[in-house]
Amino acid sequence: MNWLQILFDGLLLGTLYALIALGYTMVYGVLRFINFAHGEVFMLAAYAGMLAGPFCVRICGGPSLAAGALMVAVSMACGAAAGMLIERVAYRPLRDRPRITALITAIGVSLLLQNLAQVCFSATPRSFPQTLPDAVWHWEALGLSTTPARVAVLCVTPVLLCGLTLLVMRTKLGLAMRAIAQNPTATALMGVSQSQVIAFTFGLGSAMAGAGGALYCFCYPNLTPAMGTMPGLKAFVAAVLGGIGSLPGAALGAVLLGVIEGVVGASPLSEHKDVVAFTVLIVMLLVRPSGLLGRSQKEKV
Amino acid sequence: MKFPHFPRLWLLAALLAALGMALLAPFMNPYHVAVIETAGVSIILAVSLNLVLGHTGQFSLGHAGFMGVGAFAAAAATNLLAARAGLQSGLESLHLAPWLAKQVLVAPALLAGGLVAALLGLLVGIPSLRLKGDYLAIVTLGFGEILAGELQYGQNTINKSEALREQLPWVGASSVEVPERAMLFWTLALVAITLYVCQSLVKSSFGLGLLAVRDNEVAAESCGISATRAKITAFTIGAFFAGLAGGLFAHFNGAVSPGGFRFDRSMEVVLIVILGGLGRNHAVVAAAIGVTLLSEGLRQTPKLFPTASGPLLEILQNRAFLFALLLVILMIVRPQGLFSGWRKPKLLGGSK
Repeated sequence: MNWLQILFDGLLLGTLYALIALGYTMVYGVLRFINFAHGEVFMLAAYAGMLAGPFCVRICGGPSLAAGALMVAVSMACGAAAGMLIERVAYRPLRDRPRITALITAIGVSLLLQNLAQVCFSATPRSFPQTLPDAVWHWEALGLSTTPARVAVLCVTPVLLCGLTLLVMRTKLGLAMRAIAQNPTATALMGVSQSQVIAFTFGLGSAMAGAGGALYCFCYPNLTPAMGTMPGLKAFVAAVLGGIGSLPGAALGAVLLGVIEGVVGASPLSEHKDVVAFTVLIVMLLVRPSGLLGRSQKEKV
Repeated sequence: MKFPHFPRLWLLAALLAALGMALLAPFMNPYHVAVIETAGVSIILAVSLNLVLGHTGQFSLGHAGFMGVGAFAAAAATNLLAARAGLQSGLESLHLAPWLAKQVLVAPALLAGGLVAALLGLLVGIPSLRLKGDYLAIVTLGFGEILAGELQYGQNTINKSEALREQLPWVGASSVEVPERAMLFWTLALVAITLYVCQSLVKSSFGLGLLAVRDNEVAAESCGISATRAKITAFTIGAFFAGLAGGLFAHFNGAVSPGGFRFDRSMEVVLIVILGGLGRNHAVVAAAIGVTLLSEGLRQTPKLFPTASGPLLEILQNRAFLFALLLVILMIVRPQGLFSGWRKPKLLGGSK
């Protein structure tokens, strides 16, 4: 395999991780807690995409770009709904309890959703419907080969990332989100409804994970109830790598991690690539806990 | 480290009771024996996790990984011992009855499992215990998955190559031969020993240090307690007992597979500890027994309701689903655990 292909595939995986990592980072920003169930939102959205896929193809009259886009939109909507529902039912009652309570609950929700999916869709892998045109493109000059699905992923992700950045930096809701991340009490005193902003943050992050779920399945069309766990953990690693709480950091960390994984996957160590990802996490936490682009915080006693 | 006068008579009585039970075992229903052994393993796992999570306040999500390492190490040790024919004849020359000889041979294997797990616990603990809270949880989760993944990798490598299997017959530890019902004594005895050691530790001056680290790390450090050392020690001891539990599991189960030591297993142990109440060993023991009985009962549902079918039955049979649901409801409604209504919750539940 040539190294350009490895880099390309790593970049692809990285952009997918980025979509999931953004949700972790945003929720951490406003709530200071790691939403363990984020990987499960990704999985549920992928299943929603699987169910919606055939309808999208029928509406658009055959596999096409429009059918794929429609399916991604459905996945995003379902992801957002799932994320907001989780927040409302499980996390809101715990908002002023110690963080470890929320953490345990999040792990519980993650297991719950995974097994719910197992009851609903059974543990046998399902295949993802073909909504994009089926083809393989070769790029002889560079020795690259790719599919329309992969190109779509590489094009859609930056658009989503830019849209998200605009939303967070240029709108009132985004301002409220950033304000809560900085100082929740002062924000509440300014008349901002914390619950609304937090629900919106969950919805936004989960919509990104939902898009990630559908796009992931374009490239790896195999659905299982446990499919969210590893990408979820990897995305978390990416969020920490880039500096948790920082949006560009999450994207940068995810792309870095994707490329690292691509390179390790092509090396003789390929069977240990999960080990490498967690080693990256541990080394990063020990050397520079605030991440590549994060600001370090002094601990007050 | 000074041990207080903990009633050692209790330990002696428990060991004698274990011996008595083991002698009765051949007359008991084998299914009941298996349930007791499963409950015993759950108790050891939960009490050892309680030392880390409940008493020291360090959120470890990789307990099953240490259990798995212990299981494989103990299984390998038993297979290695069985491969040494001289050892068998040596024991025979001591005029031990064969069943007793086999019981005796289990002990070094279990110990090996515990020690290997403790060593790994130390290696994992030194870097990761510098982290706190959520980060520690994720890193221990990651390490747990890595341990299970590497065990799988090792097993695959050995199974794939004929030469390796011949060179290392004792490592191909996917199955362990141990006489049926021989493990009851060791299970009960190790439950007693685990409880004794963990309870004594918590009551000792070292244990007070652990509690201090849990309640306020900075204050503990300012009183001259090395928080890092306390955490690493507790983590290593916890890993040791998890390894013992893994060895027991491997032996009474007769076979081990890395898939059984993944995240959901760790979560089951966390659930038991939280169900009982963090830092409350007796309640945790009760919760371990309760959860084991509950999951065995759920396994029997098709027999109890032969007409039930469809999604309801599937939900009833999916233990992880029910446990997760229980965990979420518990955290929202009763974060201090089921059995600790009369005391003010310390770690969880109180407001910030």
